[in-house]
Amino acid sequence: MTSTEVITGLKCYHCGQPCEGTLWSNDKVFCCYGCQTVFEILNENDLCEYYSLDQNPGAQQNKVNEESFAWLDDKDIRKKVVEFDSPGFARVRFYVPAIHCISCIWLLENLQKLNKGVLRSEVNFAQKTVGIDFDPASTSLGSIAIALSRIGYPPQVNLDSQDHGKKQNKDKSLVLRLAVAAFCFGNVMLFSFPEYLGLDHADRHLMRIFSFLNLALAVPVFFYSGADYFRSSLKSFKQRQINIDVPIAAGLLALFLRSSYDIISGTGPGYLDSFTGLVFFLLIGRWFQSKTYESLAFDRDFTSYFPLAVSRLTKDGWKPVIIYELRRGDQIMVRNMEIVPADSTLLDDEAYIDYSFVTGESKPVKATRATIVYAGGRLVGAPVTLVVEKKISQSHLTTLWNHDAFKKVTESKYQKTIDKAARTFTWVVIYIAAATALYWQLYRPSEMWLVLTSVLMVACPCALALAAPFTYGSMLRVFGRNQLYLKNADVVERMASIDTVVFDKTGTITHGSHPEVAFHGALDTDALRAVKLLTSASSHPLSSIVSQSIKVHSAGKILHFKEVPGKGIEGTINGHLIRAGSAGFVGARPNTDTENAYVYVAIDDLVKGYFSIRIAVRKNIKGMLQRLGRKCVALLSGDNDADRNKMRALFDPSTALLFNQGLHDKLAYVKDLQAEGKNVLMVGDGLNDAGALKQSTVGIAVTDDTGVFTPACDGILAGERLGQLDRYLALARTSSSILKTGFGISFFYNAVALSFAVTGHLTPLVAAILMPISSISVVGFSAMAVNFIAKKKLQNNNQNIRKSRLRSPS
Amino acid sequence: MTIIILLIGISLTIAVVFLLIFYWSLKSGQFDDSYTPSVRMLFDGKPAKGESNAQKKLGK
Repeated sequence: MTSTEVITGLKCYHCGQPCEGTLWSNDKVFCCYGCQTVFEILNENDLCEYYSLDQNPGAQQNKVNEESFAWLDDKDIRKKVVEFDSPGFARVRFYVPAIHCISCIWLLENLQKLNKGVLRSEVNFAQKTVGIDFDPASTSLGSIAIALSRIGYPPQVNLDSQDHGKKQNKDKSLVLRLAVAAFCFGNVMLFSFPEYLGLDHADRHLMRIFSFLNLALAVPVFFYSGADYFRSSLKSFKQRQINIDVPIAAGLLALFLRSSYDIISGTGPGYLDSFTGLVFFLLIGRWFQSKTYESLAFDRDFTSYFPLAVSRLTKDGWKPVIIYELRRGDQIMVRNMEIVPADSTLLDDEAYIDYSFVTGESKPVKATRATIVYAGGRLVGAPVTLVVEKKISQSHLTTLWNHDAFKKVTESKYQKTIDKAARTFTWVVIYIAAATALYWQLYRPSEMWLVLTSVLMVACPCALALAAPFTYGSMLRVFGRNQLYLKNADVVERMASIDTVVFDKTGTITHGSHPEVAFHGALDTDALRAVKLLTSASSHPLSSIVSQSIKVHSAGKILHFKEVPGKGIEGTINGHLIRAGSAGFVGARPNTDTENAYVYVAIDDLVKGYFSIRIAVRKNIKGMLQRLGRKCVALLSGDNDADRNKMRALFDPSTALLFNQGLHDKLAYVKDLQAEGKNVLMVGDGLNDAGALKQSTVGIAVTDDTGVFTPACDGILAGERLGQLDRYLALARTSSSILKTGFGISFFYNAVALSFAVTGHLTPLVAAILMPISSISVVGFSAMAVNFIAKKKLQNNNQNIRKSRLRSPS
Repeated sequence: MTIIILLIGISLTIAVVFLLIFYWSLKSGQFDDSYTPSVRMLFDGKPAKGESNAQKKLGK
């Protein structure tokens, strides 16, 4: 069944893209052969429940290259990829970025129906991975990978895809310490109840038992849950710096020793309820602060997207080899959409290389025979052979990671507010403690030690230590809800200090990979269909952009297809000679504008018009730049200055516009600004910003799809939210005043508790009441203040974004 | 009053057992993925032939 008219309202059964009804199978309509193929595979294997779990779950298909995963079966490579290997059983974990809905989980967990050697597969949705147990005797790693990509879930196997799990162990140990503290805290509270209720005279004997049980429960809290605070304060002593952990450790030590003394000597019930509660609250603060986004990676370098292996020419033909083993002079073959792993020279006549990962520039570059192709470029078009010039570690791109900016620990260069406060606080506590000790020594020496420990105990800045995690942790969550994903809570604090903003151009200010294509002239649907068919036959980058932009389905035959390199393509479809290409090729008057690319179309030697391909500036950028004003210091672009006028109109006159900036130039520029004492926010997207992102005080990567590659950075921002960047900065700045108010509240409680302590009236009951109240009020205040202010500041924008979403049909 | 001591001993033992169970579940990875299992339990094995009622209910 075929139809010549576009049937409106038809949607591809697989991917949900609008399509016309030319491809039918089992009474279902499809937009392309790829989608139809996936449906047929699923139908054959009785897996059509896939379509009933979620609406149009599929992704539009590209052709699967059967050879593209064969290298996984090479012995050395296989060893690197699999988690466990034995003759009868093996396990592998693939990263599959296409996982996005319930149907994906269902299909991937039924993989054994598609590949008989698969024993079991299990999806981790948050991490977008699928763990596969298989029998190496009846299937191979390569064929599993091909089966996955055939149904639309190609796995991504990169150099660094094996290093999951380290971070998780760290989180687990924190949760465990928290669990132990919670357990002990709860039980200590129970055993302290008789004390709270004043039943101590009823049964002296029982009270003693309760006290010793408390002590037993406090021991694991002291040695296990709270151990980090002692370790950290010891470290800070060695570095001769006082951080917040020092007064905390002193307070914990005083509490524990004093309580142990009281209990063992039988002079009192001790303060162990306060002690365990304190550790519990402190750990909750840490846990709250450590929110992470599992599906995002903030520490990627080039290894994350370099292929694991490449085909190398050996005596026995083409053999896959791990890219670290490439030597100078090796001949390698790179296929369509694969990445060139090392700086090499081209052996073939010509190739189109897409450097968008490296420069952010989406227009592919043409390379001719004997020119150098730099590592990181993605090949577009037919396979080419290259000769390796430099090892991976010495390539132009990878040398960036040897730079100092990547070696030092960035966190240490910033003086945290909390540590500044802690320093003042510690000195005040030391003075008060000394003065109190002196006073009691003179008037009642027998009670000097008791009062001194009381002072240290209540001076423990628990509420102070909680103010920061809860302020920054709530900020982190608010930003996350607004699609700015920060690496950790410390970034919020650094964001608050930003006074200088530097932008990248391509991919950041402009859309990187989605050019705006418009047709100027007149073409009817049949002609459009023919143009799409013609352009899809060529692998020239402009052809594929034009072909993708035409949203009608086309199928048919091209006769006399001819591609004239550098000029255009022609072919006869349905009896009409169709030409597409440069103005000279089709016989049109050339356009004088050089900013955009143009593809002219002629049918039967009659010029019908042209496609203009324009890299568009993101929405709402101008307003944001105006509000930033002089804070926005520079635009650093890797491209030539063809866009200078367009950018000039966008930016404040004081902004420097710098073009032709390479990897190292951008890094140096940011470093120079920092040398002037500026706190720089770098906003970029490509690998060529990686150095600057790392060097800057805060580096934010902009991306339209959080699943795709982003370079190492402190935060990832969704592209559509870039217009609100200034508001995010303003919100981050309010965090410091919220934090200071929190400090004020906690100081107030400390002062009240200290007045009890210095006069010698601190009973266990007073301590047990004061400490939780102070902690809870500080926590409640910071969390509520952040959410309230964020609501006020960001509300209007969210409404605007929702409106603009409604307007645009996509 | 000795009965209280006995009861406390039992209650503490049970509490410690729960703590150990939590430790075991954490180590064995039960908290690694908090989303997928909630979806997985809703997939039921499909009958050999024909459309099941469950499928119709789930479908659009």
